[in-house]
Amino acid sequence: MNLRFHSTFFLMLFASLMWQSCGHQSSTGQGKGLVGSNAASKVYVAPGEHDEFYAFLSGGFSGQVSVYGLPSGRLLKVIPVFSVDAEKAYGFNEETKPLLNTTHGFIPWDDAHHPELSQTKGVPDGRWLFINGNNTPRVARIDLSTFETVETIEIPNSGGNHSSPFTTENTEYIVAGTRFSVPFPQKDVAIGTYKENFKGALTYIKVAPEDGQMSIAFQILVPGYDYDLAHSGKGKSHGWTFFTTYNAEQSHTLKEVNASQYDKDYIAAVNWKKAEEYLAQGKYQEFPTAYYRNHYSEESHMATSEKIEKVKVLVPSECPGLIYYLPTPKSPHGVDVDPSGEYIVGNGKLSADMSVHSFDKMQKAIANEAFEKEIDGIPVLKYEEVLAGIVKEPGLGPLHTEFDGKGNAYTTFFISSEVVKWKLGTWEVLDRAPCYYSVGHLMIPGGDSKKPWGKYLVALNKITKDRYLPTGPEMNHSAQLYDISGDKMELILDFPTIGEPHYAQAIPADIVKPKSKKIYELGANKHPHAAKSEKEARVERNGNEIHVYMTTIRSHFAPDNIEGIKVGDKVYFHVTNLEQDWDVPHGFSVLGARTSELLIMPGQTETLLWEPRKEGVYPFYCTDFCSALHQEMQGYIRVSARNQNVPLKWGTGEQPES
Amino acid sequence: MMTLKHIISIILVCTGLGIIGCGGAQKGQENTTSEPIYQPKQQVDPMQHKGIGPVQNLELAALDETMAEEGKTLYEQYCTACHKATQKYIGPAPKDILNRRTPEWVMNMILNPEEMVQKDPIAKKLLVEFNGAPMANQHLTEEQARKILEYFRTL
Repeated sequence: MNLRFHSTFFLMLFASLMWQSCGHQSSTGQGKGLVGSNAASKVYVAPGEHDEFYAFLSGGFSGQVSVYGLPSGRLLKVIPVFSVDAEKAYGFNEETKPLLNTTHGFIPWDDAHHPELSQTKGVPDGRWLFINGNNTPRVARIDLSTFETVETIEIPNSGGNHSSPFTTENTEYIVAGTRFSVPFPQKDVAIGTYKENFKGALTYIKVAPEDGQMSIAFQILVPGYDYDLAHSGKGKSHGWTFFTTYNAEQSHTLKEVNASQYDKDYIAAVNWKKAEEYLAQGKYQEFPTAYYRNHYSEESHMATSEKIEKVKVLVPSECPGLIYYLPTPKSPHGVDVDPSGEYIVGNGKLSADMSVHSFDKMQKAIANEAFEKEIDGIPVLKYEEVLAGIVKEPGLGPLHTEFDGKGNAYTTFFISSEVVKWKLGTWEVLDRAPCYYSVGHLMIPGGDSKKPWGKYLVALNKITKDRYLPTGPEMNHSAQLYDISGDKMELILDFPTIGEPHYAQAIPADIVKPKSKKIYELGANKHPHAAKSEKEARVERNGNEIHVYMTTIRSHFAPDNIEGIKVGDKVYFHVTNLEQDWDVPHGFSVLGARTSELLIMPGQTETLLWEPRKEGVYPFYCTDFCSALHQEMQGYIRVSARNQNVPLKWGTGEQPES
Repeated sequence: MMTLKHIISIILVCTGLGIIGCGGAQKGQENTTSEPIYQPKQQVDPMQHKGIGPVQNLELAALDETMAEEGKTLYEQYCTACHKATQKYIGPAPKDILNRRTPEWVMNMILNPEEMVQKDPIAKKLLVEFNGAPMANQHLTEEQARKILEYFRTL
């Protein structure tokens, strides 16, 4: 070989490397997915420019919600919801601790599953985001003007809040169906008495239209199946909610085998407008129970807890027309309603085919009483009478379906690891795209609403393996972004996520961005321990409780020298950030705090509890780089022995006398 | 025939082109010329100079005591963390400020501090004098700033 050949080869190799580095493509391994040459430009958002969509991904076992920009895949924020977060003092400061209160005590973690945007007229409106906690059954509400969790509500009589919080068309209700049936009400019984004692509860949570506050309107007592997922109707089917069930076998052990025996389980169709009529007529039973509702007030910057001890329960046998079962093969997972409200897609995860039900046919079958049988007062409609069509052998293990608003549906297949595009009405498969690997949920912006923005699809995968640089045995889950604006789905981006993203929701940035708050108004701060000017900064003793009313501004604390604290005191630092400018938070941390730091936004007050165990003089300082004099933003607190008589003193800019 | 040196230089050129190719393909990139941080000292008369901001021209009438009283409340809430009325603190004391500055300059410093400390020769000098402690933008309205100015007249 001569050198000329070598040099040509070198140049070609080099050119190809350069081209690939531009396109952000993977250049190693096999089966990574074909990426078009223009993929990079489709996801490129130039420095300083903003993404087109906000995407809210559940954190799964992280308990949180992560906010990404699409199409770039930029991580914008992690919102703490069900798990404590030391970075933001969530669950550590006195203000947010009540948000994690339950009848089981303070619960610092949960398994967050399905984010759901509030809707008006069937379209996401950008006011609130709801998400369910599966483990200790709860629902949380996030305010999208602050991107903070502002409310949590515990779900009584639930054994795992999974089919939740899917909204109705105008956010009249969000729902909470139990995944694991339990004794209703809870009691000490033998597990073997499952069929006799275990029941399901389908809970409807009313959302106040003006401020979003949640309250449990009613529960429906249903047979002890596993209520897996849900979606409410829209358009013509507005007024109904559909819940999938599995384990119609009612097994309680080795469910892997025993809950997969029947050819069909059910989709429960609930007429919630009928439920409202029954409630108005007083045809409910009031059960004693206990659950917490915890609400964060933006005015007082504090959360408070309230324990509620009654719940209204509707019993199907006493309320005809309230609920029907639609037989659906086989252990259906997701239930998804198309934008018109006509088609109810059952994703039978152990079935070869997918059954799609028709709302019109369901109405007709109800009118004709085309019932197969009745279970605990719930009529079971005949399968053939409600079936709209079957998608034949589209893939293995269907889980979830979303829609593009152009007459197409997209279904994830966990076992065959792909997204399949099919046509509503003709049920023909149009396209399929592989996922890396084993996709669970998928999300199209507005894809479960009346008006999908059908430009992108995000596949939320369960297995990552070799997609990114390895990080030991544990790695983040992967998400993949597809361009679905053309006939063929096109993979354009791959990005790691936080925790395990189950479901996600996305909304055009223009709906949310203009309402995003920059600061909290100091004048509107009604925190009972706020110090709204340096003049109000002070230290008070009440027995062994010390209250420090502290202020921050670039770059000092007032007070920054404190003396007269004793070992065994409970010291509450109530820190108010006096700044009124965008993105000027101050942090607060003190040596030996067994809680966390504080991170206080402009105009906000937060409280850190510090309980010193040893005498000495301890520094405290600002943790958020706030100005050129940030390193100087520091003070000292002196702790004396219990029997010492050091007077309480404080100040800034003057040395306290000793 | 190519030598090794030739090959290396071609690769280097290609690398350069590649980088340009990557950069050039990005949308929304514009050539912007930012102003030099260091500018020659400008001599201004502080009793004529109005600063940079929304307030162009302000004629002071006789002292309005109600306004001054309201201004005092605002000043105490939003300003006292860094300013003491009669002595130097984190920032300068506002006492007798109108003997040193124009009323427009004072209001522009309250309402537009970021631009002032970057561009205004007097504000720039003050920033250095006060060790880089920034004047915080407390997002007051023009009306609120005017009331605070009225309060300053009483000091």
